[in-house]
Amino acid sequence: MASLAALESGKRRTAFFASLGALAMLGLGFAAVPLYDLFCRVTGYGGTTQRASAAEAEAVAVGAARISVRFDANTDSSLPWKFEPAQVTQEMAIGSRKMAFYTAENLSDKPITGVASFNVSPDMAGLYFKKVHCFCFNQQTLKPGEKVEMPVQYYVDPAILKDPEASRIKQITLSYTFHPAADQSAAGKVAANGLDPVRATR
Amino acid sequence: MATTADQFQAHADDAHHDHDHKPAFFARWFMSTNHKDIGTLYLIFAIFAGVIGGGISGIMRLELAHPGIQYLGTVASLLGEPNANFDSQLHLWNVLITAHGLIMVFFLVMPAIIGGFGNWFVPLMIGAPDMAFPRMNNISFWLTVAGFISLMLSAVVPGDATGNGAGIGWTAYAPLSTSGSKGPATDFAIFSLHLAGAASIMGAINFITTIFNMRAPGMTLHRMPLFVWSVLVTAFLLLLALPVLAAAITMLITDRNFGTTFYDAKGGGDPVLYQHLFWFFGHPEVYIMILPAFGIISQIVSTFSKKPVFGYLGMAYAMVAIGVVGFVVWAHHMYTTGMSVNTKLYFTLATMVIAVPTGIKIFSWIATMWGGSLEFRSPLVWALGFIFLFTVGGVTGVVLANGGIDDNLHDTYYVVAHFHYVLSLGAVTGLFAGFYYWFPKMSGRWHSEALSYLHFAVFFVGVNMIFFPQHFLGMQGMPRRYPDYAPAYEYWNTLSSWGYAVTLVSVGLFFLNIIYAFTMGKKAEGNYWGEGATTLEWTLSSPPPFHQFETLPVIDDKDHH
Repeated sequence: MASLAALESGKRRTAFFASLGALAMLGLGFAAVPLYDLFCRVTGYGGTTQRASAAEAEAVAVGAARISVRFDANTDSSLPWKFEPAQVTQEMAIGSRKMAFYTAENLSDKPITGVASFNVSPDMAGLYFKKVHCFCFNQQTLKPGEKVEMPVQYYVDPAILKDPEASRIKQITLSYTFHPAADQSAAGKVAANGLDPVRATR
Repeated sequence: MATTADQFQAHADDAHHDHDHKPAFFARWFMSTNHKDIGTLYLIFAIFAGVIGGGISGIMRLELAHPGIQYLGTVASLLGEPNANFDSQLHLWNVLITAHGLIMVFFLVMPAIIGGFGNWFVPLMIGAPDMAFPRMNNISFWLTVAGFISLMLSAVVPGDATGNGAGIGWTAYAPLSTSGSKGPATDFAIFSLHLAGAASIMGAINFITTIFNMRAPGMTLHRMPLFVWSVLVTAFLLLLALPVLAAAITMLITDRNFGTTFYDAKGGGDPVLYQHLFWFFGHPEVYIMILPAFGIISQIVSTFSKKPVFGYLGMAYAMVAIGVVGFVVWAHHMYTTGMSVNTKLYFTLATMVIAVPTGIKIFSWIATMWGGSLEFRSPLVWALGFIFLFTVGGVTGVVLANGGIDDNLHDTYYVVAHFHYVLSLGAVTGLFAGFYYWFPKMSGRWHSEALSYLHFAVFFVGVNMIFFPQHFLGMQGMPRRYPDYAPAYEYWNTLSSWGYAVTLVSVGLFFLNIIYAFTMGKKAEGNYWGEGATTLEWTLSSPPPFHQFETLPVIDDKDHH
């Protein structure tokens, strides 16, 4: 049978590899955060919308099929803004570009920087909902009492018609929620210098 | 497992053998490095925690016996919050279900079945003198105790504005566990999971190292008793699943206290990510609780059929298969989070595949008994109860595996009935089976077989009365996690609560039996079950000597398991 020394080194080796396995899983647990984010962006999981360049949007062939988009707006309870869609729904040919507007108004007496989170419902439409321009790509700073119109330019990818599940969707809901941004330095600059909020956010 | 080990253990029945001295009381029980003593500590701790967790279910069944809220205010005032308002009473309910779930999972089933029976019998069954790392074994135990204390402390510090305690459910879903419960109670509860998790990871490393390196000469992996196989697979599940929970709940802590937004949409996070991480741990966790019970049942069925387990290799690899597939089915707990049909299709299919190795086990137990020379001693009766109850829970599991059906049954009492059939009735019945199988071996004293039968009969009636009607409640749409319900649900709820009373009587019989054993129990011989009991622990005295296998047993070639 194995000597005592061989047994001891065997035990140490097994314990080492077992600990390595546990540490690797711990690492994977944290790595899940960026991986999940990447997964959502690539697959549209959870209604994650896609981004497209203006050139890509030009190249899309517009067909006869039509689809409707409903607009939804929410505000974090800690953000004293009034945030609403300017239109309830829009209808368009699948593949054609459309512009929609939201309005946001700062109801407080100090400048605040906000950031929007967004997705679409049903979730499986996320992969086919392409945004060309969106206020949600940047943080927004509003001066006290300021009211702005915020545009979003989008189209629905005709590939949706080939998806066995998503092709049955008649209406996609686009939803935004405005939160106070963690980084309020842009709002601070506006407060100090009265700068144009758009320039301040750059 | 036929062995010739009797000759090696010449001193086994010799009570005054000079090198079998034990340390003094404090050193023996508080600084223990002996696997049998640590196993005993784990079992005592698990019984203690189980009484608290079971007592909490008593409060829950009392409150649910009739519609309306009758008792939560009284419970709140007993816990030092007199004149609790309606919201505080609801919060207390959340605290109770959270504590019940966490205690039963982390401080009853896991310590008893892995820490208790695993520590006691894995070294004995593989012919090892002790665990690979006896001091780490000690740390595992005391960390588990520390985790339990942290959970208990969470009950007396503020949870949120409505009262003390962590009311976050055993799953601790964000945002309820982050922005929804700002008080320190939730931090204590999460920290308790960190401690219990660290303890289990160390325990897992210890078991893997022991089983891979310290088997007696001749005991190949394919000759190990099935209980050892079950603990080996469980240890791997612990090793790979618990670190993911640790990562997930660490991010809960940082979201709560350090301004991160891993699970908060405001900063680009996603609360559903927490659910994925939790269930990536949580699904293997349910197999962690049931696999060692499978191992115990295999030993018992084989012993009292007086023949080796039917399809030994199939039984061993069925457990491996359950463990492996158990890692790729987690999202069947999340069917209602907005998955596409194809994702549901995959998780439905993968989940149902688990029924195949599980079926192999059920049928192999039956095939082992088939044509066996059956002796209906109490462990076998409990094992038969296990096979029946686990099968009922398994069948409802296959129902729930269907994404389409789950949309309807999600978060109803049907789910509660399902997981209590496999865990509360399955794993706990397995624990009692193992207890009556090994109690005389561990203590050296006989329990009363008559009381064991009675315990089983009352327990079996009681738990079925509690949980079978909950299937009906769930199918009628009664949601889980609420202290109140529509009067239409009263009939089955009242019956369920009476079932708790019956079960309580059976627990009384259990304690009576332990008292009987220690006061009037006859002394047990080394192999008190006779010819069917062939694993190595039966070659030793009862209780085994403080240090065993100083000469390693050699396992015969011709005949095993």
